[in-house]
Amino acid sequence: MGVAIVITSGKGGVGKTTTSANIGTSLALQGKRVCLVDTDIGLRNLDVVMGLENRIIYDLVDVLEGRCKIHQALVKDKRFEDLLYLLPAAQTSDKTAVTPEQMKELINELKQDYDYVIIDCPAGIEHGYRNAVAGADKAIVVTTPEVSAVRDADRIIGLLEKEENVESPKLVINRIRNQLMKNGDMLDVDEIATHLSIELIGIVADDDEVIKASNHGEPIALNPNSKASIAYRNIARRILGESIPLQPLEAETLGVFSKIKKFFGVK
Amino acid sequence: MRLFTYRNAENIHNTYYFELRFGIEKLFALFLRGEHLDMKKIQNVMIKGTKDGLIFQLDDSCSYEELKRELDYKLSESSRSREDHLITVKIQVGNRYLTNEQEEELKELIRQKKNLVIDSISSNVITKEEAAKLKEETEIVSIARIIRSGQVLHVAGDLLLVGDVNPGGTVIAGGNIFIMGALKGIAHAGFYGNKKAIVAASVMKPSQIRIGDCITRAPDNYQEDEKREMECAYINDKNQITVDRLQVLMHLRPNITRLEGGQ
Repeated sequence: MGVAIVITSGKGGVGKTTTSANIGTSLALQGKRVCLVDTDIGLRNLDVVMGLENRIIYDLVDVLEGRCKIHQALVKDKRFEDLLYLLPAAQTSDKTAVTPEQMKELINELKQDYDYVIIDCPAGIEHGYRNAVAGADKAIVVTTPEVSAVRDADRIIGLLEKEENVESPKLVINRIRNQLMKNGDMLDVDEIATHLSIELIGIVADDDEVIKASNHGEPIALNPNSKASIAYRNIARRILGESIPLQPLEAETLGVFSKIKKFFGVK
Repeated sequence: MRLFTYRNAENIHNTYYFELRFGIEKLFALFLRGEHLDMKKIQNVMIKGTKDGLIFQLDDSCSYEELKRELDYKLSESSRSREDHLITVKIQVGNRYLTNEQEEELKELIRQKKNLVIDSISSNVITKEEAAKLKEETEIVSIARIIRSGQVLHVAGDLLLVGDVNPGGTVIAGGNIFIMGALKGIAHAGFYGNKKAIVAASVMKPSQIRIGDCITRAPDNYQEDEKREMECAYINDKNQITVDRLQVLMHLRPNITRLEGGQ
């Protein structure tokens, strides 16, 4: 019996889909069987980020309405040996085509076959959100260091706390821009963590590579050299129960002198 | 001297005669009305005079109908309206519960007698609902939780919140609000109009404070270095909400202290 984790944020554009794709990929890299479920019906894009768009034949609504079996709709990621699958959202239907009860049943069925079911939640707190949360056991709230995103995250945490089936949510702070944060022009990681007072499970720096990778349909987590990739991999390992300290945000723009010092191992 | 005594004696005689006659008449009247059986219990209504007016002590063991009949009888008996000014009446019903209709009925009954005005009706008993409501309004509700954006917490009495109120969150209390965390959202104390209510917080950075029907808004920018720790808000003499150190409360609102006795 696997675990279903919903990735949500309230506000749109903070990186829910990117986070879902990368946490899913990272968990698969750790050898877990993972199924990604896109619940953003009508505005699907997890398939695009994963680079699986062309292989979609059936979707979530087809499964729920009995037009196909679950395994027919699941899209296999060829980069992994039978570890990573995607259940794409329907593009032609509406969010109201699905009810929370149906979603719960579907997620429970997927949990039988997979170690982790990662549910990508649509923005907002309406029907789509309720569908996404219905079958989840755990939740990860994604926010960026912006006041508006933090406010919405606060709201969504309040709603998640009311859900009986969901454990207390974990926090991912995305798109951190170190320079701004240092100057005090952006909310600080500690400030956000104390404000929301839920467990911080990862911080991800703002990285151009993430956008580049997404556009190529390749989750950044597959590229071991990027900082963001390491951050996502660390989140996955924390989900698996390892205790890994948060990586420091600095050391991005080291001067020549300090690079030399580092090379010689001088502190 | 002698003459005087004689006259006095005659007076006494007259009085005796009068009272005797009156007593017989009264008995007779009661007998005719079939009330002679109730004579033993005629003391269901006790009327006491004080300098503030009359106190009616109504017995709580007889039936309500009986009580009403006797009250009516006693009042018609003693309705010599020599005095023109109004006499206030306090009614004490002991351990009897009066419904609103019954209370109205009694008031009506007494009001009919020319110069009597009802001041109050007091009873030793209240219904469970009333008791529960009273308890709700006077108790301190303690809650350990974070009030997040979009959430509203409403209590009837005083609120003791162990946690924060985040921006966009609201706490409402019929009485005072004590927050053992940061207040960054909205706090509304004295929701039912109590202007004496206060809001106290460990970190006072509210977006709004409301007390009774007064509203105050936060300055548009909090200074970064401002701590705003251990503060309280109350309505001052100018009917404006003021924020001050917690310590001023013991002078301004001594009634917050509930402890009686002790050291």
